[in-house]
Amino acid sequence: MPDLAEIEVARHFTELSHRNFSVDTNFYPLGSCTMKYNPKLNEAVAGFPGFTDLHPFAPDSGAQGALHLLYDMERSLSALFGMTEFSLMPAAGAHGEITAMLMAKKYFAQTGQGTRDVCLVPDTAHGTNPASAAMVGYRVVSIPSTSRGRTNVAALKSKLDGSTAVCMMTNPNTLGLFEDDIIDITKAVHAAGGLMYYDGANANAIVGLVRPGDMGFDLLHLNLHKTFSVPHGGGGPGSGPVGANAKLAKYLPKPVVVRNDDGSFALDWERASSIGPVRAFWSHFLAIVRAYAYIIVHGEEGLRRNSQLAVLNANYVRAKIKDVLTVPYEDFCRHEFVCSAETLKKETGVRALDLAKGLLDAGIHAPTMYWPHVVPECLMIEPTETETRETLDNFSATIHALVKQAHDDPASMAELPLHTPVRRVDEAHVGRQANKGIGLRWQPK
Amino acid sequence: MYTPHTDDEIRAMLAEIGAPSLEALSSPPLGLEIKESLGLPPALPEAEAYAHLKALAGKNDGARKVSFLGAGAYRHYQPPAVPWFAMRSEFLTAYTPYQAEASQGSLQAIFEWQTYVCLLTGMDVSNASLYDGATALVEGVIMAMHTNGRKRVVVSQAVHPMYRAVLATYATGMGLEVIDLPYNAAGVTDLEGGADHARGASCVVVQSPNFFGCIEDVDAGSKLAHDNDALSVCVTAEALSLAVLKTPRESGADIALGEAQSFGLPVGYGGPYVGFIASTKEHVRRLPGRLVGETTDVAGRRAFVLTLQGREQHIRRELATSNICTNQALCALIATVYLATVGATGLRAIATTNLRRARELSDALTSITGFSRAFATPFFNEFCLRTPVPAEQLARALERRGMLAGLPLSRFYPELTHHLLICATELTTPDDIRHLNSALAEETSRAVAAV
Repeated sequence: MPDLAEIEVARHFTELSHRNFSVDTNFYPLGSCTMKYNPKLNEAVAGFPGFTDLHPFAPDSGAQGALHLLYDMERSLSALFGMTEFSLMPAAGAHGEITAMLMAKKYFAQTGQGTRDVCLVPDTAHGTNPASAAMVGYRVVSIPSTSRGRTNVAALKSKLDGSTAVCMMTNPNTLGLFEDDIIDITKAVHAAGGLMYYDGANANAIVGLVRPGDMGFDLLHLNLHKTFSVPHGGGGPGSGPVGANAKLAKYLPKPVVVRNDDGSFALDWERASSIGPVRAFWSHFLAIVRAYAYIIVHGEEGLRRNSQLAVLNANYVRAKIKDVLTVPYEDFCRHEFVCSAETLKKETGVRALDLAKGLLDAGIHAPTMYWPHVVPECLMIEPTETETRETLDNFSATIHALVKQAHDDPASMAELPLHTPVRRVDEAHVGRQANKGIGLRWQPK
Repeated sequence: MYTPHTDDEIRAMLAEIGAPSLEALSSPPLGLEIKESLGLPPALPEAEAYAHLKALAGKNDGARKVSFLGAGAYRHYQPPAVPWFAMRSEFLTAYTPYQAEASQGSLQAIFEWQTYVCLLTGMDVSNASLYDGATALVEGVIMAMHTNGRKRVVVSQAVHPMYRAVLATYATGMGLEVIDLPYNAAGVTDLEGGADHARGASCVVVQSPNFFGCIEDVDAGSKLAHDNDALSVCVTAEALSLAVLKTPRESGADIALGEAQSFGLPVGYGGPYVGFIASTKEHVRRLPGRLVGETTDVAGRRAFVLTLQGREQHIRRELATSNICTNQALCALIATVYLATVGATGLRAIATTNLRRARELSDALTSITGFSRAFATPFFNEFCLRTPVPAEQLARALERRGMLAGLPLSRFYPELTHHLLICATELTTPDDIRHLNSALAEETSRAVAAV
């Protein structure tokens, strides 16, 4: 380990920071990630010593402010998403998913249906969905999408039987389209005895507009680092609260925060049917503080307005670029949309990857690439509500310019980016080395 | 406030899209639109929200008390340089570094974190971070299970009780059998009695320093594991101890994991913290989550990139080594800047101060009539104090006097009724120790007199 003077630390990490794109420095339309602006109020309040210096084993009597905040947060999320109760414990979205899978498994075990072991997942789902289901031993069955970019309801229904445990859905889905058959789907899954799980990664499209509880979902997770403006920190920490309806709430992780008859707040460990804790201590508390600040400055109206504006911005960009890239689905999108560079690739050999790298040269973070797999040469674009029209126009103009460059001088596109801190990197070499455990840490020469 | 469009702009954008109104464009086609108020309080202006949160923070008087609480969350000094650099917008508001060309800062920081974890644990490879120490334990157990296909896990009862509770939660869902190894009169794991249990086990899990603060014989834990062809998993909940103890690898561990909150992260009512996991290189393909590797770009410059993504959920889906996606990158960065700032010499000095303060505290408290150390085993910065009256009763009495005296162990070990887990760090002052000493003596006399 090195010994450094503080100025060396200062120069090093400041220099590293200059080698990063971020929301505060660049437009970051990374689909399914909701890279909205993170208000600095959140940072200020999460730094109050009354929050940062509070030990998790401080007695409840000395943590009334924190418990009150957690209680209000839980009530707000339950109201906004139509659930009976939330647990604020899970650390991130995938952690919320495994929490919900553990709850489902316990529910089936306690109701004498422990043999149910199939989890239905649309082919457009996030990879975390099947990975979380597999962790509790569920067999994953993939459901195809239709030409309209929605889950194929007939295919889904054909897979329903006494082995069905859970159906995991994202709505709007990762193509940015609302699953308009969702009521039909939730009814069919329930009729077969299964549970419906809502992946909240795309909740930024629906806050205050429609509630997963009203669509018939039994369980859900949210990503507070997406929808509720907790900064993503270069890959976390997130926060992934899990909501449950009346049937499943008793299985939520413990402890939970309760309000006593005298108005005081407490951690309650007496939950006989709880799956147990899913992490040490009670939550990513300082992340919850940030999300809570976001909720109270917006209120219900403000949150709804943000979702509407997120949909507006996505459709605006979609309208602006659909004449140069293929937009495979006709309907208006929700908070994000996908487009395809397949035609461009056939005509010029230039791929979605090359367009993405070209955007980096223009100071714009690339959209999510090559996913979902159902759309070839896919770019998934999510502008979020906090971006100006000027930024969106600039993005659209850059896409037009890159497509033009692809036709005029396709060979030049493979060279992009030219002006980023590093250019394209050798991923194959590092993979081969890493397989042997080499190149994953600094070594003295 | 945080959204920029004027009404005119919105109208113009709707025209461009060809949509009649914002409502028509954004309302889901279900007939389930929310029509009534959901009952959330009205929006607050920023200044009022700030004041409201300040008032809530002010109600946490537990944050202002003199504290001897540790038990998996440690109060340490955070050099101001740490948040100053780690919380820069360019780090704070970036996403997971999928686009290497635009994320070299985050990627190199993760690479440096992986390096620090390897240096501190003695291991070959480490990942970008896990949620916390408890979930790191779960991931370590899953790695062992994937290595040898066995589903029995042998875990010391002196591993942090919350970590064990989390493992139990997952074990039920995953069909794992967890067998407890009891602790003995010295406050360490009874490894000799564990020989029978370890047969056919996937791994043996020991924590050091353990939950009672006692330094375990990790070498013996590793031997028990290896004698049974199982993996040795070493848990560290107080990462600062790694600066002065033998590394897990030197003690024969195959997987080292734990919690690195001590490296510059506030106790923050329980999170976010940062879990770490490291192993010998033969297990690299079974590591969970993100890994950053060093390579070069087309111009031959040093560069960093996410690697071995074929293990991960976004590629492998249900066959991934773990479902983890978002981890604790910013917390790992804070820990990395902390380690860079204090340096090797500084870290050892801080650890040594912790050792000394904890001994001063132990000497002071065991000088009170009726008080003793419950276990004679050497400790790092916390230890188990045996109290002449129930520890819970003493802790409550001390709270009223503005002090958090430690954690009554009966909360997790019903048999340990007269046992207080008590911690001293570099932030513990001689005055704090004097005050605790006199308060404990007085409250004990009062309690005894009342009986």
